[in-house]
Amino acid sequence: MQFINVENVVFRYDTDSDKESAKPVLKELSLSVDKGEFVALLGHNGSGKSTLAKMFNGILLPESGDVIVCGMNTKDDEKLLDIRRRVGLVLQNPDNQLVASIVEEDVAFGPENLGLDPKEIRRRVDEALKAVDMYEYRTHAPYKLSGGQKQRIAIAGIIAMQPDCIVLDEPTAMLDPRGRQEVMDTIVKLNKEQNITVILITHYMDEASLADRLIVLDSGKILTQGTPKEVFSKVEMLRKHSLDVPQSTELAYRLKARGLNIDDTLPLNVSECVEAIIKGL
Amino acid sequence: MLKEITLGQYFPGNSVLHKMDPRMKIIMLTAFIVFIFCTKNFYSLALMFLAVICVIMFSGVSMRLYLKSLKAIIYIVLFTSILNLFYGTGKPIWSFWRLSVTQEGINTAIFVSARIIAMVLVSSSLTYTTTPTDLTDGIERLLKPLSVFKIQVHEIAMMMTIALRFIPTLLEETDKIMSAQKARGADFESGNFFSRIKALIPILIPLFVSAFRRAYELAMAMESRCYHGGDGRTRMKVLKYSKYDLAAVLVSCAVFIGVIVCNIYFPKTLRIGM
Repeated sequence: MQFINVENVVFRYDTDSDKESAKPVLKELSLSVDKGEFVALLGHNGSGKSTLAKMFNGILLPESGDVIVCGMNTKDDEKLLDIRRRVGLVLQNPDNQLVASIVEEDVAFGPENLGLDPKEIRRRVDEALKAVDMYEYRTHAPYKLSGGQKQRIAIAGIIAMQPDCIVLDEPTAMLDPRGRQEVMDTIVKLNKEQNITVILITHYMDEASLADRLIVLDSGKILTQGTPKEVFSKVEMLRKHSLDVPQSTELAYRLKARGLNIDDTLPLNVSECVEAIIKGL
Repeated sequence: MLKEITLGQYFPGNSVLHKMDPRMKIIMLTAFIVFIFCTKNFYSLALMFLAVICVIMFSGVSMRLYLKSLKAIIYIVLFTSILNLFYGTGKPIWSFWRLSVTQEGINTAIFVSARIIAMVLVSSSLTYTTTPTDLTDGIERLLKPLSVFKIQVHEIAMMMTIALRFIPTLLEETDKIMSAQKARGADFESGNFFSRIKALIPILIPLFVSAFRRAYELAMAMESRCYHGGDGRTRMKVLKYSKYDLAAVLVSCAVFIGVIVCNIYFPKTLRIGM
C-alpha cells in the first residue's frame, strides 16, 4: 500500500531573483514510499535530500507538483495537523529539537499538542521512552545526557504521537560511533517491531545498507534506486557522482578488480564479505 | 566558570515544599514578600524572619546553598544599609564631616538588610524546590484569567519554558566560543574596562548567530510535533492542591496574623516605610 506519494515536485528556495540560489533544488521529482517500508535517501551535499525531508510533513510546500500523504495533500491547510501527526520529523541536532527541560515532559510535548487526555499522554510517554530504551532517564535534564541519548529522546517525542512514518534527516551526523549505533538500533527496532515506515536520510553508507530500499538523489533528481545490493553493486556509477559504498563492498569490489572470483552482487557487511572472499579463494 | 550560577536552580528532593503545588508556592511567596515589607517593629520582623527560617528547614535543601544565593546579593545589602545608615533624622550618635549616624539610621539599616535577606531566602526556597517547568506551569495557570484582557498567557509561558531549556545549552556554547576565540589569540583578561567590553564582541556575534539558527530549527521541530499554540492543548501533569498546600496556608496565615498583632501592640520602630 502506498503511504507517501511525491509527484513531479519542483522546489526552489528563492523564487524571485535570477541568482544562483534561484535554481530549483528539486526538479520534477517523483517517488513513492510503501507502508512499513524502510527507505534510505542518499546523495551528497546539495542533492536536495534535506529539502525533500521537509516536504514529507508539509514544513516546505512544493512550487509545483504534489506531496500526498495517506491520501492527503500537504498543500491542504486543514489536513496539515493530521499529516504531521502521521509523519514525524527528526532533525540532525538533538539540542535544537528538545523543548522542555525534563525528558518526560519533552516527550509529552507532541501528545499535549494533540489535546489528549492526561492519562493517555502519561501512558504514551512511558511507552515511547521504553521503546527507545530511555525509561530510566525520564526525570533527567536533557542537557546532561549524551548526544545519542538526546537523539533517542527526540525520536521518543515523535513516537509518542503514534505516527505511521518517521522521517530522519541525518540523525546520526553529530554523534559519536556509539551514539550512532544506539540510534540506528532504535530505528531498525521501530521499523521491524512496530511496523513504522522509516525514511532515513544519511551519508553513512553502512547505515543505508540496513534499509529495504535505497534512493540515490543527485542535483534534485533520482539517480538510481533499488535494494542496497542492487545500488551498491554499481560502484563505478556511484563513484562518478562522488558517493561511497560500504567498506565491505569496496573491499570486495577491489579484490574482484584484481581478479578474485566474486559474484556480481557485492557483499554489504563484514560477514557477507568474509563469505564471498572464502568462496572466491 | 560559567557553570557556577546557582540562583534559580532546582534541587531534587522529597520535602513538604517539593510536594506543594507550584501555584500555591507562588501565591505564598508573594504573600511572604508583602508581609516582610509590612513589618513595622523588631518583634514583627523577628517573627517573619523566624517564619522564613522555618520555610528553609521545610525545604529539605541544605543551608549552605541558601548562603550561596546570599553571596550574590551581599554588595546590594551592604550598599543599601550603609546608605540608610546616614539617612536617619534625630539626635546624631556619631558624626563625621556632613554625615551623621542616628539611632533611627541604624534601625533603618538593620531593617532594610534584614528584609532583603529574608526576601532572597524565601524566593530561593521557591526556585530550589520547584522544577522550572512546574514554575512556568504554575505561572501560566495563575495568569490564565488575564487572557480576558487579550494577554497571550500561553505564549509567555512557552517562551519562559524555552528560555529556561536553552540556558545550559547557550552557556555551553559560550564556553566553546570563548575557547575557540582564545585559541585564535583573543584576549579577554587584560586591558581596561572598555577594551574588555570590546573583547566580548567576537563572542557575542557568533553566539547570536547560532541562537537564531537554533531558534529556526526549534520552530521547525515544534511545528513537526503538531504545535499550534495554546488552543486545544492539554497537559500531561495536572496540578492539584493537596493537604500540604492547606497546611501551608493555615500556618502562614497564623504567622501573618501574628505580624499584624505585633505591628499593632508594639510601638513602631520605623518612621519611614510602611
